[in-house]
Amino acid sequence: MSGATPATNRSRFLGIYAAAVFAFLYLPIIVLILYSFNRDGVGGFPPKHLTLNWYQLLFSDGAIWDSVVNSLLVAGGAVLLSLTLGLLAALALDRADFPGKAIFRRLVLLPLILPGIITGLSLLMFAVFSGLRLNLLTVFLGHGTALISVATTELFAGLQKMDRAQEEASLDLGATPWQTFWRITLPNLKLSLIAAGLLIFTLSMDEIAVTFFLIGRDNTLPLEIWARLRRGITPEINAISTLIFGVSVILILIWYQIRTRSVGTEAQELLERP
Amino acid sequence: MYSRAYKSIVSLPPILWVGLFLLLPYALMFAHSFWMVRNGMIVHDWSLRNYATLLQNRVYLEVLFRTMRIAAGVTLLSLLLGYPLAYYMSLHAGVRKDLLYQLVIVPLWVSYLVRGYAWKTILGSEGVLNGFLQYAHITHEPVSFFLYSPFAVILMLTHIYTPFVFLPLYASLEHIPRSLVEASQDLGAGSRATFLRIILPLSLPGLLAGATFAFVLTLGDFLAPLLVGGPSSIMIANIVQSLFGTAFDWPLGAAISVCILLLTISLLFLTERLEKRWAFR
Amino acid sequence: MTPANPSPTAAKAEASGPEALLEVRGVSKRFGNREVLRSVSLEIASGEFITLLGESGSGKTTLLRLIAGFEQPSGGEIRMSGERLDTLPPYKRRVNTVFQNYALFPHLSVAENVSYGLQVTGATKAEIPGRVAEALRMVKMEEYATSRTTKLSGGQQQRVALARALVNRPKLLLLDEPLSALDANLRKQMQTELKSLQRELGITFLFVTHDQEEAMALSDRIALLKDGALEQVASPREIYAHPATAYAAQFIGQTNLLQAEIRGGVARCGQLQWPAALPDGGAAFSLRPEAIRLSRDGAPGPDAIRFGAAVQQQIFSGSNEQLELKLLGVSLRARIPARGLLAGEHEFWFSPTDAVAVRE
Repeated sequence: MSGATPATNRSRFLGIYAAAVFAFLYLPIIVLILYSFNRDGVGGFPPKHLTLNWYQLLFSDGAIWDSVVNSLLVAGGAVLLSLTLGLLAALALDRADFPGKAIFRRLVLLPLILPGIITGLSLLMFAVFSGLRLNLLTVFLGHGTALISVATTELFAGLQKMDRAQEEASLDLGATPWQTFWRITLPNLKLSLIAAGLLIFTLSMDEIAVTFFLIGRDNTLPLEIWARLRRGITPEINAISTLIFGVSVILILIWYQIRTRSVGTEAQELLERP
Repeated sequence: MYSRAYKSIVSLPPILWVGLFLLLPYALMFAHSFWMVRNGMIVHDWSLRNYATLLQNRVYLEVLFRTMRIAAGVTLLSLLLGYPLAYYMSLHAGVRKDLLYQLVIVPLWVSYLVRGYAWKTILGSEGVLNGFLQYAHITHEPVSFFLYSPFAVILMLTHIYTPFVFLPLYASLEHIPRSLVEASQDLGAGSRATFLRIILPLSLPGLLAGATFAFVLTLGDFLAPLLVGGPSSIMIANIVQSLFGTAFDWPLGAAISVCILLLTISLLFLTERLEKRWAFR
Repeated sequence: MTPANPSPTAAKAEASGPEALLEVRGVSKRFGNREVLRSVSLEIASGEFITLLGESGSGKTTLLRLIAGFEQPSGGEIRMSGERLDTLPPYKRRVNTVFQNYALFPHLSVAENVSYGLQVTGATKAEIPGRVAEALRMVKMEEYATSRTTKLSGGQQQRVALARALVNRPKLLLLDEPLSALDANLRKQMQTELKSLQRELGITFLFVTHDQEEAMALSDRIALLKDGALEQVASPREIYAHPATAYAAQFIGQTNLLQAEIRGGVARCGQLQWPAALPDGGAAFSLRPEAIRLSRDGAPGPDAIRFGAAVQQQIFSGSNEQLELKLLGVSLRARIPARGLLAGEHEFWFSPTDAVAVRE
């Protein structure tokens, strides 16, 4: 190819634009991380005296770690609950026909699309109505219910990808449906289950809108941070935020690797053109 | 291939759970919107008075319109950022598109709070942006309108929702067979004509899905105004929040929520119909 | 191994007759470190139906895409009517393509698809409907002008794709295995229609396929590609009767490939021997199954090479029998007119001119 054609110029311009968008997406986070090391607090420019003080402060902050434990409990429970119900729902959507199936599918997806406040308040009213006290249990129920759709979507995609003939072969060879489920279906869904679980865990750990209305005495991590914000900004919050960011990134990247292995990306399929 | 027993076992638990923990709560909210508060207690007196209050109270309407304006602004900006990004990645990035895709989804799933907080620290009078501007001698005094303004809310939410808009858009673009683009060029259309006539129409379903998502979620957002919005940027969900909090009027709050819910569902319904019409499968 | 004749590739790659429309000069293409096309040179005459024939991986699709403009050559150049073609983007070339999966635009109707090329190149509003109607009539799809393309069958979509390309009156039409997705009957039907369409319009067709029967049925000339290089370029009859290489002999039609030793003008392979005006040494010969005849069926000529062989297997296929013959040191496949079961030893013969020396 000789010289710069209009096509390559356009490509270059788009590339710069894309880089700018990426900068917009990442700069605030980079700034946040940077200032978690700043001795003189959050603000001003440039950050001069770098220190690990805030992290030290963070690690001795009991309340924060209590809330981390709470979040882990809730997230762990939510993963189990969402995966179980999500798996059943995915199987139901894939294999069963029942009246109201379309409504069921929309209903399951609703918490994902509706603003969190609506789902949170509805569940609050339900809790009051059924006499439940607000505590980690209500938070757990809220997360688990809201995140069923995440599990359902991932597992449904995994089911669609699965070779139906495998189950037929299993039955043909004498296995009962129950055995087939455990020996054939579930192992085939292993990657989808792990991917869904990772995503649900991450979302639950970060969940704030629904949790806002279901929280009792014990805080989850996001709400503990929120409470701190009311008192004022300190780089300690930057520090915990940086840690959250780091862990989330790792989890998301692992999730992505698993997901592309299990379900495949359209991009990959397109790149493999003959 | 699947027995009735099998189908029942897999369908019943999720249906029951979803019915109990989703359908019933939403129905409760719906019911509450028709009740009222008397003497500090919620009374099951059925009427439409809450809705009447909403329609007649100018404050509520103003806040609602402000919220819709902010939502529209966020959606538009997210599209302006997200579409060229998706287009570049899908059609110009080649083998690096997978890596770039991961770079986009990371901010998507990383904590809302972390990102909102980042903007809070950046935009304040004592914040990083002001610090930078003064350091670079671009300004001499802190600029105050960065933070605690609708501008800050729009900025923060655009930051949050651009990846949301990007995802379905990118998927849509990836779905367009490359042979269609080649066919268009083969028939004599340059890049611009190919984009306007082929790529844009076929990417509309994804564009619509992403835009709806951003609009609806911004509409119901109450955290952004609390973090970076200040009193001048109160959005409709903040009113709901206070009605369930200190202003104790659950029925009125429920009525507003139902309105948001109905607005959301009708938008989703509309876009679903449009997507079906424009899906060309 | 020195070839007996000058490379037929060089001779026949030049178009005979009217001035060449398209010249491919020393074109090579590399993907990463994989060389897909190796210095290919070819001339295509105006108005001819030429087929690029080869297996997958032979480079035929790559060459087509280079001519269409979707790839750039790593070396060499392509010219159309004397002017450089490979430096032009695809939308500036007077070349149109019928894609393998048709690539019809799903959001446009049939008529809108067909008129697309005219619209984007600025044809006058007035003439578009007329030309679209004419193109649809050519492919017998006038009734479907307002239909959605997604509702059409494979064969119908293919016709629309053809009309969409032809309406622009290209100088060269590229067809990328357009019939491979159709079932056998439809394929045969479309072959005839394509051939007559091409004759009627006089547009140069460059057809790509891996199906040698299809190539022979349709083409004025066949360009056989192997591993990125041209094996032979000739008319179907020429390639069939005088394959240049063993690969050509085996890819097109069926053949017996005989490894022979030549001494003193006589080629020997097992118990067979026949005169061959070639220098001493090893050589390969192609002998088509239908060239082997049963002596009992008719008088062999005076030059006939006779031999006795045992019939190992006999496969009946309607009008003829396919025989597996076993002789000393060699097995042969023969095709003779149907005549009932044969067993044991029989005498067969072939004419020495049917044993064609091929390069390996």
